[in-house]
Amino acid sequence: MSFIRKKLDEIRRPFEKGQKWEKFAPAINAFDTFLFVPNHTTHKGAHVRDAVDLKRTMITVVLALMPALVYGIYNTGYQHFIQLGGVFTFMDAFLHGAMKVVPMIIVSYVVGLSIEFAFAVYRGHEVNEGYLVTGLLIPMIMPVDIPLWMVAISVAFAVLIAKEAFGGTGMNILNPALTARAFAFFAYPTYMSGNKVWVSEATTLDGVSGETILGSLAAGQEVSYTTMDMFQGGIPGSIAETSALCIVVGALMLIATGVASWRIMVGGVIGASIMGFLFNLWGANALMQFDWFNHLVVGGFAFGIVFMATDPVSAAQTEKGKWVYGILVGIFCIMIRVFNPAYPEGVMLAILLMNVFAPTIDHYVVEANINRRKKRWAKAQLKTA
Amino acid sequence: MSKGLRIRRGATINLKGKAEKIIQESAPSSTYALLPDDFFALTPKMHLKEGAKVQAGTPVFYSKSNPRIQFVSPVSGTLKAIVRGAKRKILEVIIEANGTDAITHKVGNPQSMKREEIVALLLESGCWPFIRQRPYNVIADPEVTPKAIYISTYATAPLDVDFEFFLKDQLEQFQKGIDVLNQLTSTIYLATDQNYRDGFAKIENVNQIAVSGPHPAGNESIIIHHTNPLAMHEKVWTIRPEDVVNIGLLFETGQYAAQRTIAVAGSPVGKPHYIKTKIGAQIAPLCEMTQVDTQTNLRYINGDVLTGRQTQPQSHIGFYNNLLSIIPEGNQYRMFGWMPFKDSNIPSLSKTSFSWLFNSAKEVDTNLNGEERALVVTGEMEKVFPMDIYPMQLLKACMTGDIEKMEFLGIYEVIPEDFGLIDFANTSKIEAQEIIKNAMYLMLKEVG
Repeated sequence: MSFIRKKLDEIRRPFEKGQKWEKFAPAINAFDTFLFVPNHTTHKGAHVRDAVDLKRTMITVVLALMPALVYGIYNTGYQHFIQLGGVFTFMDAFLHGAMKVVPMIIVSYVVGLSIEFAFAVYRGHEVNEGYLVTGLLIPMIMPVDIPLWMVAISVAFAVLIAKEAFGGTGMNILNPALTARAFAFFAYPTYMSGNKVWVSEATTLDGVSGETILGSLAAGQEVSYTTMDMFQGGIPGSIAETSALCIVVGALMLIATGVASWRIMVGGVIGASIMGFLFNLWGANALMQFDWFNHLVVGGFAFGIVFMATDPVSAAQTEKGKWVYGILVGIFCIMIRVFNPAYPEGVMLAILLMNVFAPTIDHYVVEANINRRKKRWAKAQLKTA
Repeated sequence: MSKGLRIRRGATINLKGKAEKIIQESAPSSTYALLPDDFFALTPKMHLKEGAKVQAGTPVFYSKSNPRIQFVSPVSGTLKAIVRGAKRKILEVIIEANGTDAITHKVGNPQSMKREEIVALLLESGCWPFIRQRPYNVIADPEVTPKAIYISTYATAPLDVDFEFFLKDQLEQFQKGIDVLNQLTSTIYLATDQNYRDGFAKIENVNQIAVSGPHPAGNESIIIHHTNPLAMHEKVWTIRPEDVVNIGLLFETGQYAAQRTIAVAGSPVGKPHYIKTKIGAQIAPLCEMTQVDTQTNLRYINGDVLTGRQTQPQSHIGFYNNLLSIIPEGNQYRMFGWMPFKDSNIPSLSKTSFSWLFNSAKEVDTNLNGEERALVVTGEMEKVFPMDIYPMQLLKACMTGDIEKMEFLGIYEVIPEDFGLIDFANTSKIEAQEIIKNAMYLMLKEVG
C-alpha cells in the first residue's frame, strides 16, 4: 500500500500548487481519491467526521443498480434468441447482451466523464461523483438497438444542458439521466418507440413481435404475458427496466442503507395504485382495464420510482414534500400512460414534470414552517404589548 | 414543578476515553490566560499593559461595545504577555501566577438586593461574562431584562462531562447562584438529566425540565425551542452550571472564584478524569496529570469534538468549557475508504457502514473522511436536528446572505454549536457551523 502511495505522490507532484499542471489537479485528484481517502484533516467546525462521503453514497447506488443491470444484459440476449428461435444457454444470452450493453456504458462514461472533468478543471472544483450513477443509468433506460452516437449525443446534452448549465452537481432541476432519455425520445423517435427497437437486431429479423406491453395495450392488442412474467422481467423493454424483481432487490438495498428515500418510493406506489384502481373502475379502454397491480410491474414505473424519482437533487427535499412528490409521480405516470397513447410509457414524463414542481412542493412545506413561526411571534408580541 | 422533555432525533456518539469519575485538585499552574476568541463578536480593549501587577479579580480588558463588561484576572500575579495575531488581534492575555491576593467585594443577601445592585456587582466582579444572550450567544447586555434564563446540566456531546457528579458537593452554592439570577429575570429554567432525580432536581425556585434523549438534547437551543421558544426581538440568557456556582461563591466570599473543573478525555489520554483548576489554566500540566503523551501527533480541543476550538498544550483552557478533548490527528491515507461497509470502526450515522451495529466506544481521529462536495443528499440533517426548523434550507439562506429568509427560517433560535452533529454527519462535508457563524456576524452587523 505504501508503495502505491509513494508512486502516486510521485505522479501527482507536477499537479501540486505552484507547479506546472496545477490547473489540472482536479483530474488527477479524481483518480487519486478513488484509490485513497485523502489525508485531509478537519480545520474548522466539527473536529471529527462521519465515515460517509459522496463517493460512498454514489457507489452504493451503483451497487443497487447491479441486479437490474445484470438481468437487463441477460434479457437483451434472451429477447434476441427467442425471436430467432432455436436453443440457447444462459451464457449465450448473457454474452450477446453484454456485447450490446457494455459498449453503451463505456460510451456513456467516456463522454459524460470527459465533460465533467473539463468543467471541473475549468471551474477549479473537484470532480463530483454524481456522474457515476447518471452514467450508468443512461444506457440502462435506453432501447438496446439505439446507435452509440445517439447515446453519446444524449449524454452530452444531458450533462451540458441539464446539469452543468445550472451549475453542476447539486444544482440541476431535472434528473440528468431522464433528460438524456427525453432528449433521445424526442430527437430520434423512430429509434425509441415502435415494435422493432426493444429486441436486439430486430430490424434484421422477419416477423418480430417485440412490442412492449404498454405499446400493445395502447395499440389495442392482446397482451400475452402473465403478471409473473412482468414481475420477473422476461419481456421486451428498455435494457434494465423490465425486471421488477431485480429492481425491488435494488430498492431494498437503497432503503436499508438509507441512501434513497423510502418515502418517495412508497408514495409513488401508493399514487400509482390509486390511479390504476380508479381507472380500473372506469374501464373505458384496454389501458384502463389493465389491472392496477400490473401497472406497477410493467414498463419503466418500478425502475423510475426507485432509481430516478429518488434522485435527491431533483426530488423534493423536505420529508413531507417527498410524500407529496412521490404520490404525484405515481398518479401522473399512470395518467399519462392511459390518456396519451402517443407516449405509452408515462413514468419518464411524470418524473420530469414533478422535478419541475418539486421546488414548489418544498416551498409550501417550508412556508408552513415559516407561518408557524410568524404566528408564534405575533402571539409573543401580543403578550408583551 | 418538573416537566419532562423527550428528544427523539439526534445521535449519541460513543467515544473511547470518557473521563472517570475522579476529581483531582490541580497543582497551581504557572500561567493563566484569557482568550478573547472565547467570546463571540467581542472586541477587547486592554485596561492594563504588559508587566502590570494584578490581583485575582483585577479587570484586565473590557468590551469595546460596552465598557461596563470587563474581564478580570482569575489569579494574582503579573500580566506577562499580550499575544497578538494578524491585524494585531488579541489572541491571548497571559498572566503569570504569583501570590494569593484577591479583590474582595461587598456582598449582601441577594434576596434583599435591588436588580441594579446585583447587575453592578456581577459586572464589577468579572462574573458578568458568564451570562450569555440569545440570539447570537453573545455576552448578555446588562440593559436588557431577558424573558428567561436557561441552565442545562444535561451534557450530551461526545465525551461530555457529568455536571451532577462534579458539582454534587456544591449544590448549596448552586442554589445561591440561582437566587442571585432570580433577581435578574422572572423565570429560570433548569434542565436536568431525566435519570438523576437527586442532585439538581432538588434545586428550588426554578422551572425544572427533566430532559432525555440523544445529543443535542442537552443544548440550550433545543431546550429553549421546546419549552419557551424565542420570538423576534425577544432575548433569553444562558449560563453554564459551574458558573452558577461561581456566582454563588461570589456572594458567599465576595471574591471572584474562577473555579473551573476540567474533564480531560479522549482515546490518547492515559488516565482520563476530572481536574479542579481555575479558568484559563495552562493545558500542559493537565496533560501531565492525565498521562497524555504530548510528543505524539494529537489534536487538543477546548470543548467537545464536535464544537470545540483547537488549541495547543502550551496554550490555555477556555473561558466556558468544562471539557478538554484530545484525539489523534488523522492525516493518513485510507485505501478504498469509499467502499460501503469498509472501515466500520469509524463512527458513522449512515447505514452505509456497519458502525451502527457496534455500540461499543470507538476511537476517532480528525480525518475528514472524504472531501467537500455540493449538497446532494437530503433528509440527513433533519435526523440530527431536533427542532421545528429546516436546517438545510436555513443553511442555504445563510450561504446566500438572505437576511429576511434567515429570520423566518429560525436563525434567532440557533447557534453554531447546534450544527455540530450536522457538520459530523453530512455526506457533502459542508461546514455548517462556519456558515451559521458567518451568518450571525452578518446578522449582528445588519440587524443588531
